[in-house]
Amino acid sequence: MGIRIRVADFVQTLIAAIAVGSLYALVALGYTLVYGVLKFINFAHSDIFVLGTWTSLTAAVVITNKMGIEPEHAPWWVAMCVFLLAIAMCATFGYCIERFAYRPLRGAPRLNVLITAIGVSLLLQNVGQLPGKTVAESGGSPAATIPFGAIPRNMPALIEDRVLNETSVAEGTMAGGSKRGTVKLDQNLTIEAERQYRIEYVKPPAADAPAGAQSSIETLNVVVAEPGTIAAGEEISTQPRRNAKDVEGTKYRVLRSPLVPIRLIDVLIVTGSIGLMIGLQILVFKTKLGRAMRAVSHSVETASLMGINTNAVISFTFVLGSALAAAAAFLYPLKYPLVNQTAHGIWVLLGLKAFVAAVVGGIGNVRGAVLGGFLIALIEFFGSRYVSTELRDVYVFGLLILVLLLRPSGLLGSTAREKV
Amino acid sequence: MSALLEVKDLVVKYGAIEALHGISLTVNQGEIVSLIGSNGAGKTTTLRAISGIRRAASGSIVFNGADISRQAAHAIVRSGLVQSPEGRGVFPNMTVAENLDLGAFIRNDHAEIAKDLERALGLFPRLRERMGQMAGTLSGGEQQMLAMARAMLTKPRLLLLDEPSLGLAPQIVQTIFKIIREINASGTTILLVEQNARMALQVSHRAYVLETGKIVNQGDAKELASSDVVRKAYLGH
Repeated sequence: MGIRIRVADFVQTLIAAIAVGSLYALVALGYTLVYGVLKFINFAHSDIFVLGTWTSLTAAVVITNKMGIEPEHAPWWVAMCVFLLAIAMCATFGYCIERFAYRPLRGAPRLNVLITAIGVSLLLQNVGQLPGKTVAESGGSPAATIPFGAIPRNMPALIEDRVLNETSVAEGTMAGGSKRGTVKLDQNLTIEAERQYRIEYVKPPAADAPAGAQSSIETLNVVVAEPGTIAAGEEISTQPRRNAKDVEGTKYRVLRSPLVPIRLIDVLIVTGSIGLMIGLQILVFKTKLGRAMRAVSHSVETASLMGINTNAVISFTFVLGSALAAAAAFLYPLKYPLVNQTAHGIWVLLGLKAFVAAVVGGIGNVRGAVLGGFLIALIEFFGSRYVSTELRDVYVFGLLILVLLLRPSGLLGSTAREKV
Repeated sequence: MSALLEVKDLVVKYGAIEALHGISLTVNQGEIVSLIGSNGAGKTTTLRAISGIRRAASGSIVFNGADISRQAAHAIVRSGLVQSPEGRGVFPNMTVAENLDLGAFIRNDHAEIAKDLERALGLFPRLRERMGQMAGTLSGGEQQMLAMARAMLTKPRLLLLDEPSLGLAPQIVQTIFKIIREINASGTTILLVEQNARMALQVSHRAYVLETGKIVNQGDAKELASSDVVRKAYLGH
């Protein structure tokens, strides 16, 4: 492999790690915020995240179904609606869990609350995959149910992923006379090594289409083995195969894949998450409410002596943590569309990783959770890319053990408060 | 003089153990009243019960005409009863300025807050130099000053002070007590809890003596200071 390819590969791994790391960070923030005010681990937090993914999926299916449109053609506000619904759902559950499961145990020993948290987690996991009432159908079979049922489903592609930095290398009108599965261009095309090429062409509406039907843009992937030049008029094999007369005379452009593809979904995930994290940072460190949260985090009693309604602050913290998990839960299936049933081990592992991120960064520390999220993803992605994929979870928990041995309070965690 | 705070037959329990066996005390508008007693007598417990942090098992706490014994701690603060907690009750991971801001948490009258902040910093000029510093890095005396200044910013009608002299050098203790007088002179009623009985009795109008959860003596501060029992037990001569 050439050095350019190696660098490109490295950068691609980095991008994937940053995208997934920002999702870990969003979930880790929920663990850390709750730990900050109540000093206990809310084990039901990862289930709030799972609830968010299923709420997004169900809402997306129901809305597109009711509107009778393909998800890829859904207007932007459908995605916005789905996002807000996921946040509302998770925030409501977060609030209720605190209010009805944890608050009655406020004065109880820490262990009781911990066991309750595990109980709530199991309850959510198992109720979530009960056979549910059908809320949307497709082709006669249920497409979405509430509860969500025991079979995995695919998240509709509300936001269609695409590579943002392709280069257009040729534009023109398709030449005629090809056989099925091939096209002819009206100009020479230079094929470089290690790149993919695709041809976009404007497909006019079918002859029997109703009036007002619009032309659509179709993609053909160029199948070439060797770099070199393809002369104008030479046949080019493409996938999928199209009839020659369908493409003849259409406007086309040839797009070359970049060495490092930058995908829309990744950009969305990273900018969205970082935006939320900056917002949270401002909320916690610059506003009156944030000051109240930090006061409660230090001492519930002293905070109440300032006139702070500590129960309200604790409720708000749960709502905030759950909303951040919901944001991550909306973004996650856009990247990884297969949404597994609520009690699936993959969710438990994901929740654990986010929890590890919070601990590695220093539980209770907002900046630590963000740092931990990115760190966990980096070690996971680079480890599995360059060492061994099978060990990808081992790196994460190995890092946890290392941090706990060397800096038990986490990378940014304060050392044990000295008693004077 | 009208009673601002009236505690009647207050009983507080920690689990099965009764910490206060039915104490009664009154603080009148404009007074400094002190509650003195040795370590473990129940002084801090009394303040915690009045502030609503520790629920009373029985008895009543009437502040400004309303029973507050069932009210939430934050609601009590909003009604004008403010406690400056013992010694290190500041937020160590926040700056002095942020701590003072939290004192004014329940208020929205920004112009008045700015005035009160000036007044508090006038009484505790040391804090002005330390505004950007983390409260945890202050000396014990400075932390105590911060706790008091913060409580003043809450604009209390009744200020509860828990052991303001605890662990402080004698000179600073003098300063603190001078300021307690000044706060009182500007119209704030004060209930003071102290182990340092000599200083407490000097600044107070009246005092109560607490011993193992019971009021054993009460009266005019000057008279108590000269009574044999109190002198032997708390003043050491």
